[in-house]
Amino acid sequence: MKTKQEFEKHPLIKYLREERLPHIWCEGCGNGIILSSFVRALDDLDVDTEKLVVVSGIGCVGRVAGYVKSDSFHTTHGRAIALATGIRLADPDLGIVVISGDGDLFAIGGNHFIHAARRNVDMTVICSNNFNYGMTGGQFGPTTPLDSYTTTTPYGSIEHPFNLVHLASAAGAVYVARWTVLHVRRLTESIKKALQKKGFKFIEVISSCPEIYGRRNKLGSAVEIMEHYGKIARVAHGSDPSKADITDEEIVVGEFVDIEKPTYAELLKKQSMRVKERQAEGG
Amino acid sequence: MVNMAKQEKPILTGAHFMNGDFACAEGAIAAGCRFFAGYPITPATEIAERMARRLVEVDGTYIQMEDELASMAAIIGASWAGVKSMTATSGPGFSLMQENIGLAVMTETPCVVVNIMRGGPSTGQPTEGAQQDVMQSRWGSHGDYEIIALAPASVQEMFDLTIECFNLSETYRVPTFLLADGFTAHLWERVIIPSLETIRTVNRKRPKVRPENYLPFKPEDDLIPAMATFGQGYRVHVTGLTHDERGYPQTVDPQTQQRLVERLCLKIRSNEDRIVRTREFMTDDAEVFVIAYGIPSRASLTAVREARRSGIKAGLVRLITLWPFPEKTIAKITERAKAIVVPEMNNGQIVREVKRTSEGAQVHFISKLGGEPHRPSEILEAVRKAAKA
Repeated sequence: MKTKQEFEKHPLIKYLREERLPHIWCEGCGNGIILSSFVRALDDLDVDTEKLVVVSGIGCVGRVAGYVKSDSFHTTHGRAIALATGIRLADPDLGIVVISGDGDLFAIGGNHFIHAARRNVDMTVICSNNFNYGMTGGQFGPTTPLDSYTTTTPYGSIEHPFNLVHLASAAGAVYVARWTVLHVRRLTESIKKALQKKGFKFIEVISSCPEIYGRRNKLGSAVEIMEHYGKIARVAHGSDPSKADITDEEIVVGEFVDIEKPTYAELLKKQSMRVKERQAEGG
Repeated sequence: MVNMAKQEKPILTGAHFMNGDFACAEGAIAAGCRFFAGYPITPATEIAERMARRLVEVDGTYIQMEDELASMAAIIGASWAGVKSMTATSGPGFSLMQENIGLAVMTETPCVVVNIMRGGPSTGQPTEGAQQDVMQSRWGSHGDYEIIALAPASVQEMFDLTIECFNLSETYRVPTFLLADGFTAHLWERVIIPSLETIRTVNRKRPKVRPENYLPFKPEDDLIPAMATFGQGYRVHVTGLTHDERGYPQTVDPQTQQRLVERLCLKIRSNEDRIVRTREFMTDDAEVFVIAYGIPSRASLTAVREARRSGIKAGLVRLITLWPFPEKTIAKITERAKAIVVPEMNNGQIVREVKRTSEGAQVHFISKLGGEPHRPSEILEAVRKAAKA
């Protein structure tokens, strides 16, 4: 018979810094789902977390780096991918996962995202897309839908949002997927696939932000948001990312890109060997 | 046939004729730098070019990032992965780096930033040397902090002081700047690269305790915490937020902030005597002191010699360390200085520090803007006037 305490311990708690809990996220926030999918993927794959570095930027989901029990870096706003590039290239034995938000990765950090994807630097980037800057109280960001209300779009947003999966595939990511926080099992499988694949991998997770973004746009409770995602999400693997704009009527989810391409580190190693051979020959 | 000798020769021991930027790159490699991230910018580009060519030969990594924000972030990442890292830039890029220089200060990341100074503000004079970033290097990022900055005045020093930057950076876990003017960087001179065994290199302190007993930001007696790098099983959490000794955010506790910020400053200030280096010429009986750094210190030496020939008791104090500012050196000469002359290729930066630390002394400033170094005659004239006054 297990004692009550043993039952209460979550089977995945070993992946978290228990002393850092409870987390800072609001009730109904999708970030917890993303974190649990991530650690479940680590567990399923039996990842050596001693060789794992979790890197995040600033924002609600940026706190993930402080919760996962691995080496972790909570960087300056927008710079997670740039800093992760340094870690990855300096120590090829380390696995890098960047977990951050839509504002961090695509507004202030947008340039780093496209260039790391272009270079095919080995890392998995998981973006929690909640359509606004939650931590600062709900301002519009690069993924905020047209006409949405936020504290800085009091009359509705007049900016066209990014289609992140289109952006990622155009920039050269070798794996691009999108799920909502309702698709827990598929998201976990997707993270597992990304973790096992080489190169720059991107997973967008449509999150829920009932307290901040949801409230202003009258989206209802977290459960209602989930029900909405259930209604409008359409699983379509291999579909054209350029036609996957998120609308009120439809969110196309699934794997958009899954290709092979030499990584930056592989090309660098090859080049280094070539140079050394040439020099050894007296060239 | 495989030429092993060539393969096993990471540094170019011997006498060379090269420019300051190249010497800086060679100094970095000799210091053990194996990661360079940068973005092209005049007049620092030759450092990147040399590193791109040389790092491949020593199993290092050169990466050209998308901007200087990214370059600075990448070298911090590489340092936490256990590799000595460096970036090189000039004014406009240095401005962009300030954000993550603050991160390096806060996370106590050893790393070296080379700033080959050109004329500003803004795009200014890309091809002309200047000394306009001295205050920016001290105060450029937000918050209270201390850094270390060294100012070379020859191509040999571009090599030597780059090594010294790495050693200081590793010792004190602080971003360290090689603050060179564009003229010293583009100068071609003879450089002696010693054998690898005779070059002193320092590596950061490693934890002596097991991971379960390790507190990543708990300082030792010298105020510097031992550094576990990623992948060693210590599971370190690093954050730019105010953090406790475990590395965990404590952002609303006044005491944590007070303790942390005070220590970040004190670990440099309290080691001033170990860090600061100056060189003096003919100062034993001097009455008029020229205080200079970088390229103007060369014209200053000529001016001091000329002044001596005409009977003026002049001497030169050359600042090798700019930050922490050599307060004690200046205080000492103030006791016997009739006057102090400070030539700088800016509108008055180090002269403020000289005035602050030499209360009561007559301080004369010679500004030189526009991309022309001081002529010895200009400094001599100032020395003559100061001697008469």
